[in-house]
Amino acid sequence: MNRAGRRLVPYLLLLPGTAWLLLFFAVPMAFMLVMSLQEGSLSAGYHLTWNWGIYPEVAKEYGNLFVRSVGYALATTLLTIAIGFPMAYTIAFYGGRLKNALVLVVIMPFFVSFVIRTLNWRMILSDNGLVFGTLKDAGILEQSFRFLATPASVIFGLTYNFLPFMVLPLYVALEKIDRRLIEAGTDLYASRAQAFWRITFPLALPGVVAGSLLTFIPAVGDFINADIIGARSPEVAMVGNVIQRLFLSVNDFPAAAALGFVLVAATMLLVGVYTRLVGTDRLTS
Amino acid sequence: MSGITRWLLPGFTGLVIAFLFAPIVVMIAFSFNDPAGHQNITWQGFTLDNYLTIWNRSDITDPMVTSLTIAVLSTVVATALGTMVALSLTRYEFHGRGILNLLIFIPMTAPEIILGASLLTLWVAMGFARGLPTILVAHIMFNISYVVVTVRARLIGFNRSLEEAGMDLYATESTTFWKVTFPLIFPGILAAGLLAFALSIDDYVITLFSAGHTVTFPLWVYGASRIGIPPEVNALGTIFFGIAFVFIIVQVWAQRQAGRGQQGAEAPIAPVASR
Repeated sequence: MNRAGRRLVPYLLLLPGTAWLLLFFAVPMAFMLVMSLQEGSLSAGYHLTWNWGIYPEVAKEYGNLFVRSVGYALATTLLTIAIGFPMAYTIAFYGGRLKNALVLVVIMPFFVSFVIRTLNWRMILSDNGLVFGTLKDAGILEQSFRFLATPASVIFGLTYNFLPFMVLPLYVALEKIDRRLIEAGTDLYASRAQAFWRITFPLALPGVVAGSLLTFIPAVGDFINADIIGARSPEVAMVGNVIQRLFLSVNDFPAAAALGFVLVAATMLLVGVYTRLVGTDRLTS
Repeated sequence: MSGITRWLLPGFTGLVIAFLFAPIVVMIAFSFNDPAGHQNITWQGFTLDNYLTIWNRSDITDPMVTSLTIAVLSTVVATALGTMVALSLTRYEFHGRGILNLLIFIPMTAPEIILGASLLTLWVAMGFARGLPTILVAHIMFNISYVVVTVRARLIGFNRSLEEAGMDLYATESTTFWKVTFPLIFPGILAAGLLAFALSIDDYVITLFSAGHTVTFPLWVYGASRIGIPPEVNALGTIFFGIAFVFIIVQVWAQRQAGRGQQGAEAPIAPVASR
């Protein structure tokens, strides 16, 4: 190969993959922005009228859904940390030879389809299902008790479905901590709690950051949990539910596109602020 | 050793594992249920019918074939394109490499519904009919980034002196690539391919927006489960789980064999088959 040809190699390798992402990821984002500024209907066609007014309009109508979605996603993130950290810590520090096997056990349930898992949770948690039906029969719960369609039920579903996205990065971060650092701390009379909070936890922080992003982002845009476990109750609907309904049932494309664009912008903004606060170098390490 | 590390942490971990498996256990149990009507929410009696009837029902097998077709095709294309990008990003110096390394991550950080919805606006604006080809395009798109990241991780730890040794022994560039480089990075490519396949076959959200009248397996399951879960869904879920289970056992065993006496072998982290 001649030298000019050789210089082209990296670009030729890049071209098909990046072109695909450009055409089917970046360009559609631009189309979504443009779509949000159009007026018309699916049957009559849409015309670009630079209708920026759609943004305050959707903010007014669906603002509470944004707040709710962010709230659910934050609660989910905190719960997955609270559940995932002790678990990842146990596997990384006390897993011994079973470490890899335990990690596999954690992700194994996720080989079953997301939809099937969530549907089975709906069944388990249904009003007269395995859990609450039994408790009601035993007289522990009121007959009228209902867990499905409550905010707690949606957060429950989100927490279940995104837990591995927290556990895996936490495990990776905890697993590579040099134990001698902790020994050094305790040798210098740090209590076990002090050693944990001043050595182990800070070193595990990259895992917490990565896990939070991997949990929060899909959770904030999720609509399946609110749809299935939330039983389609408008009381627990998230932004994703409205985007899906406006796009696929109501065919109000401009409003749906505007909501989608706000969701993407809000997510990027939150992620940007978060990574700036904790430091981006932690993410890449 | 305090009580915390001896009892509390392992006990807690055990409980969480039980929590993770709860819907799986119920799924397997109810796949053998003989339901009265279509509800399948209380135990009626043991049967194997759910496993036997699946294959005669084209409303179930057609979506499965569709899903498998899409998964195989999108895996092959995305793995090829993504591996090329990963090779370029790790082995060459060129303008814009740093920024591209970051940009390739962005599709992974957008909520799925956004990837799906924005593609829908493209299809509508361009007047493309939605169906199998548009689903395929979408799946390749979301898989590329995952492939790049997975293969790149393998390439970063790559020892270039092995290639130099090959070249010193008069191997041509392409011989060196196929005889030295490719076999060494193949585990990374395989892992990326498995991840892409798993993501594709399970995808509901992005597919929904690009599907039109095409029905993939997750779309069928969702549609069929408006009221209760048809027992066939649980039977199929159990079959998939069984396949994955056997696959994992084989993988762990193979790594045991390969990693004998070799400390710090990679964790056999098979793909997280879900989003």
